[in-house]
Amino acid sequence: MQIWNWSGFFSYLINPYILNGVLTTIWLTVVSLIGGLVLGFVVALMRRSNLRLVTVFAKFYIWLFRGTPLLVQLIVIYTALPQLGIRFSVIEAALLGLALNEAAYLAEIIRAGIDAVPDGQSRAGRALGMTERSIMRHIVMPQAFKVIIPPLGNSVNGLLKTTSVTSVISMEELLRRTQVLIQEKFMVLELFAVAAIYYLLLTTLWDFVQRRIEKKFGQSTQKLSLEDQR
Amino acid sequence: MIEINQVTKWYGDYQVLKKCSTRVEKGEVVVVCGPSGSGKSTLIKCVNALEPYQEGAILVDGIEVGNPKTDLPDLRTRVGMVFQNFELFPHLTIEQNIMLAQRDVLGRSSELARKKAKGLLDRVGLADQAPKYPSQLSGGQQQRVAIARALAMDPKAMLFDEPTSALDPEMISEVLDVMTGLARDGMTMMVVTHEMGFARRVANRVIFIDSGEIVEDCPTDEFFAGNRNPRTESFLSKILNH
Repeated sequence: MQIWNWSGFFSYLINPYILNGVLTTIWLTVVSLIGGLVLGFVVALMRRSNLRLVTVFAKFYIWLFRGTPLLVQLIVIYTALPQLGIRFSVIEAALLGLALNEAAYLAEIIRAGIDAVPDGQSRAGRALGMTERSIMRHIVMPQAFKVIIPPLGNSVNGLLKTTSVTSVISMEELLRRTQVLIQEKFMVLELFAVAAIYYLLLTTLWDFVQRRIEKKFGQSTQKLSLEDQR
Repeated sequence: MIEINQVTKWYGDYQVLKKCSTRVEKGEVVVVCGPSGSGKSTLIKCVNALEPYQEGAILVDGIEVGNPKTDLPDLRTRVGMVFQNFELFPHLTIEQNIMLAQRDVLGRSSELARKKAKGLLDRVGLADQAPKYPSQLSGGQQQRVAIARALAMDPKAMLFDEPTSALDPEMISEVLDVMTGLARDGMTMMVVTHEMGFARRVANRVIFIDSGEIVEDCPTDEFFAGNRNPRTESFLSKILNH
């Protein structure tokens, strides 16, 4: 019995079926990230609300989705909710689970970013006659953004890998497709190596993008302006 | 212009303001002084509704501040405010700091807002600083920008909350000079400050607040001439004798 099949390894490294799985992993990450950001922003604002009921709801949401495994959330959405007559396709269930889960983490990251902007900044905006909405948009968020970017980048790195969990509800992303091929061809080590290489490639690429973004926005204005002065 | 009538404010069980009443006429400069924690900053923050109050009434330009129906953003554009810690927006340039609310609140065009910003920067002596960021300016320069930013909204009155307290001594006069110029031009001003020299030179009236009560409210000459309440006397002896 052959120990390591090089030609098999290389053929699956450039294989349309696997590459399609990689693409699925990418768009799953992008779409659930966008969903998570929008929902996370809303939950972060609710968490800071003056209305107690709204704050309690936001806290409950974060507590629930950070306190249970994504795996369990996905299985509940895909296989348990139909018992109540709520049915989702595999893609819908995967996106919903990932976005709901991601939102709970992002809400805390966004809230920390907003809290990092001193209250005096909002007060100054208010004194100029700006509405709360304008203050959030033009004064608070641009400053909070700098605080949010580094942990957000880590979150994206995590999300790229976490999409693999959706394979349990038969979402055909990279891991699922690797497993399907393994069951046909029995090249376990070769195929898992291919999958690992693609995950590494994606996270490495993201690291590169994240560093570029941090360079552009993450730096404090103070550092930037000192450079201008020279 | 500003009418404060029997205003009372509580922070929980603690009474910060006790039935405070005073008025500031159009074109008048009123200095508010008092020991720290006396409620003087709280009082002027009530004037533009940055702080709510529980009893009494404040009328600004005939509009009741405490009325829930009052359009607060609209009211605040008529009353400029300058803070102890400047509160310039660090992510915007000096020029953008002055343009933001003009565009966002008054809906001015970019060109008009920039022209206004340039004119005001010139007025506070900082015409060449427009493209810089706040962190590149000294405290005194930042406070002058903050004054220009408030003036850009064409306010009918200006509130100053200890505008020189966070400044190094050598920068205090450049800010006071700008404020003096403003007063000479007829701006209605309410100024919380311990700068008694400024009060003596510029103010029409001086108010002394202690423990949330207006203890003294009289013309500047009278205030400095003596015949003061013992509480005022004790406060002034502390800040003037060094």
